[in-house]
Amino acid sequence: MFAAFLAALTDLAGVGLLATAAWLIARAAERPPLIALSVAIVAVRTLAIGKGTLRYVERLVGHDAALRVLAKLRTRVYATLSAGGTSLPHGDLLARLVSDVDGVQDALLRCAIPAGVAVLVAVATVGFTAAYLPAAALVLATGMLLAGLVLPVAAYAIAAGAARRTATVRGGYLAASVDVLHGAADLAAFGATGTALARARDESTGLARLTRAAGTAGSAVGAVSVPVPALTAVGVCLLATRAPGLNPVMVAVLSLVALAAVEAVLPLTGAAVRLADLRGSLERVRALLRQGSAPAGSLRVRDGITVDGPVEASVLSGPVDIRLDGVSARYADDRELALDRLDLDLPAGRRVAVVGPSGAGKSTLLGVLAGTVPPAAGTVAVNARTEEPAQRWRIAGGVLADGYVFHATMRENLTLGRPGLPDGQLLDALRTAGLRSAPEDLDRTLGEDGAQVSGGQRQRLLLARALLAPPPVLLLDEPTEGLDPAAADEVLGQALAAVPGHTVVLVTHRLADLSAFDEVLVLADGRVAQRGRHADLLTEPGWYADWARGGDLQTWRSTVT
Amino acid sequence: MRPVDPRLLRLPRLRRYLVAVVCSGVLAALLVVAQASALAQVVAAGVAGRLDRAALVAVVAAVALRAALHVASGIVAARTAAAVKADLRDAVLAEATGRGPEWLAGQRAGELATLVGRGVDAMDAYLTGYLPQLVLGMTVPVAVLVRIAWADPASAVIVGVTLPLLPIFAILVGWQTRSRTERQWRLLSRLGGHFLDMLGGMATLRSFGRARAQVEVVRVMADRYRGATMRTLRLAFLSALVLELVATVSVALVAVPVGLRLVGGSLTLPVALVVLLLAPEAYAPLRAAGAQFHASQEGLSAAADVFAVIESPVAPTRALAAARLPDPATAELVFDGVTARCLTGVSFTVRPGERVALTGPSGGGKSTLLALVLGFLAPAGGRVLAGGADLSTVDLAEWRARLAWVPQRPHLFAATVAANIRLGAPDAALAEVRDAARAAHADGFIQGLPGGYETVLGERGYGLSSGQRQRVALARAFLRIGAVPHALVLLDEPTARLDAQSEAAVLAGSAELVAGRTALLVAHRPALVAVADRVLRVADGTVREAPAGVRA
Repeated sequence: MFAAFLAALTDLAGVGLLATAAWLIARAAERPPLIALSVAIVAVRTLAIGKGTLRYVERLVGHDAALRVLAKLRTRVYATLSAGGTSLPHGDLLARLVSDVDGVQDALLRCAIPAGVAVLVAVATVGFTAAYLPAAALVLATGMLLAGLVLPVAAYAIAAGAARRTATVRGGYLAASVDVLHGAADLAAFGATGTALARARDESTGLARLTRAAGTAGSAVGAVSVPVPALTAVGVCLLATRAPGLNPVMVAVLSLVALAAVEAVLPLTGAAVRLADLRGSLERVRALLRQGSAPAGSLRVRDGITVDGPVEASVLSGPVDIRLDGVSARYADDRELALDRLDLDLPAGRRVAVVGPSGAGKSTLLGVLAGTVPPAAGTVAVNARTEEPAQRWRIAGGVLADGYVFHATMRENLTLGRPGLPDGQLLDALRTAGLRSAPEDLDRTLGEDGAQVSGGQRQRLLLARALLAPPPVLLLDEPTEGLDPAAADEVLGQALAAVPGHTVVLVTHRLADLSAFDEVLVLADGRVAQRGRHADLLTEPGWYADWARGGDLQTWRSTVT
Repeated sequence: MRPVDPRLLRLPRLRRYLVAVVCSGVLAALLVVAQASALAQVVAAGVAGRLDRAALVAVVAAVALRAALHVASGIVAARTAAAVKADLRDAVLAEATGRGPEWLAGQRAGELATLVGRGVDAMDAYLTGYLPQLVLGMTVPVAVLVRIAWADPASAVIVGVTLPLLPIFAILVGWQTRSRTERQWRLLSRLGGHFLDMLGGMATLRSFGRARAQVEVVRVMADRYRGATMRTLRLAFLSALVLELVATVSVALVAVPVGLRLVGGSLTLPVALVVLLLAPEAYAPLRAAGAQFHASQEGLSAAADVFAVIESPVAPTRALAAARLPDPATAELVFDGVTARCLTGVSFTVRPGERVALTGPSGGGKSTLLALVLGFLAPAGGRVLAGGADLSTVDLAEWRARLAWVPQRPHLFAATVAANIRLGAPDAALAEVRDAARAAHADGFIQGLPGGYETVLGERGYGLSSGQRQRVALARAFLRIGAVPHALVLLDEPTARLDAQSEAAVLAGSAELVAGRTALLVAHRPALVAVADRVLRVADGTVREAPAGVRA
């Protein structure tokens, strides 16, 4: 608001400069004594310098305010998303968060401030004119309304329609470009690069057609605004000429005030077009923020990628018992149940292995335990109390299917759960997870989503990270994926030994030595098909026994060859 | 500060646009002068209590023409900007895919996605705003100066002396801010990547209780962005301040002596008014261009990034020496002293019809070997030969059409499941797609999707579990094998995400399909290794024959 006030002062200084100069000249034409002009001469010079200086201060204040809002907004958007746990597609998210949030800054700078300025300038100049000649004030007010309200509204309406149409096409283009760029390997290998490129080209052509139309409509409205200042000035001049008793000098002054005032509000038409472009962004940001937010304390940021800083304390440091009663869950509303009325008792320190065909609900079960998948029915009780799923991370976590490797150094990726651990401990954890590394590897930067890490390495990096900050209930989703069986058993054994007393839930479809587990759960179609100890299940006819045999190399070989 | 990137001028569309902009700039300058002169006549007559009808008509005519010119140049600008942006977008994507998947790995894909999205859009401000304004900044002052000189040479001297100060100061300040602006764009680009990274890893951050800590990081990053921007702006606006001061003080410098000379009687009111109305017009366009300079720089930076991608020298163009493409059915695949990434001087041969398993520790180079066969990666030393033809000389598209590849982490597209399976064979009938899916054990779960094979997946295959994605990728390979019976099969741990039962079934199917074909299998699990005739161990940069009896 302060910025708008400063900006209005700046514009009024400009109007005043022209008006004073006009008075000076018109009065001088009457050949008065020089002394009569001296005040005007000083005023002209003061206004000239004042205007430039004011402009500078005003722009800095305005931008700083807008950037502060932007910083707050980025933080709130992130905080809201981190609290809400909504998962959105990648390319879309990037485009939206960067451009929607930047859009708010633009809206402030280019729309909100100029609108405030226009109101202040209009009030001041119309009031000034009215003091001399009310009829001329009416003409000026008409010109101001036309240039500052009618045309901007028209421009907004035209551009909003175009922006609405553009948004969908733009999203389509972004999705196509993400497929071309992120799916390059798959496209190349299957000779589909050309098709994907053609699709992206179609989308960019469509986008070009729409933006072209929007630009044309915008310039038409802009053209209507071009004649308004001069015509308003002419109108004021004609009225002033015929006004009886008006000092002739004021004819020039009022005409030029009208010209300068209307010119000062002309940028509003452009601002309205801009606002229409931004409307979708503003609405999306507003809708997103309505979901709530959570601010935070302060900490050290290194290179903006990762952190050194506090980890939210685990509420429960003592033993944790979890009990699932008749829990059902689904991935999406329109999908079948991924888990169907599951009961599971997890007293502290219990070790449970979950096996079964893919799609049986194994990862969903881990999601329910980790609190990322809300149960559709049934209860999850922690220490006999029903807990908010949002707080579950304090209790349960580990190597999960959506485990993420950040674009940061290996050290930063490892110390996510416990910042500031000595390198020796990190290397030990890596060794336990079956990833032999040299100290200098810790400084290696890993790619986006771990692109420069192989699949097995990635899984073991996640395991090492989980072992460095094990929650009371350690969830392990295929921690040894990509390892050969002997190494996998060794890593699993080491990992279990490294977390004595912790509850462990292991999901695996690899045949491992599961005799160390208190219970083995066989899931099929979201239900428990079999449950019991490894040794007992082996003797019981059913899926588990078949699976154990199927995994045996020799037996398997004889069935194939 | 370079107002026009010379590389932009190589685009014929942009050269034509510049001509149009200059023509309209000259016209606009003449109209500005005409309008101000006529308006001064009207006002001067008004002060004298008269009505100058001819001047009135002239004002109306001048503003009408200006409006018409505004529409015309707006249309041309919109058309050009839209077309240039589309051309540059297409060029970036074409170049990026031309360079291959290895070049795009890491963060580059994300950066380019930002560039073709937001980056290219930023060129609007430059093309439709700054460039025309810059031209006006040259034509209008000249026209105004000529008109003032004709009316009152003394005032023309003042304007003529102060006018050049504008570009001089602008250039001086521009030099100071240019590198900073470019740095800011990089920072912004990195911030985009940072956002993506933080959001992509949101679940992980939460599971470690770090999501809220990252809120602070995001805030600090945004604050840094503000700091960097404000540092740039303080300098950038300094130029605006100087321009504004020069302009307003010059108007004062013109107005005061004109007033004094009016008193002296050496000047008439109409002339004085013309000078007063025109003097600000001389400075206005240059100042407007200066105001748009900052916004336009982002567009110019983006343009520079685009040209850096589409014009920097690519790896030497491939000499397509081998006219006859090797047929995997009969061709020997030879690695001849190949050095690439972690591999050093690797040599081995895969005979036609032989199925070779690659085992060894993670990160040992197994996937690199497949990337070499796929032509994603050119060896830094040595050669990869297929049927005696050096892979660096064959038509890669043709060669890849003879490969069936199942990657470790397949990319699924924002399209239907059927389209995802049809990736390599867009014309395949639904029956063929279903056969392939059945072989990959994907048919069952696909039938269970709400739209079956026509279910549209989200971006990057959102909505499928990793095991399901893997089976879609397998189905792709099965479809390829169905179309190219002798395809060379490349499997990168295809069963890593499957449970033992479907793994056994998939392996049984695979065994059938790789029979009589050459195959390279990256494998850890004994079940997959068992399919192979031979096992190679990839470790410590070398490839060794695994001793007989030692599997994996």
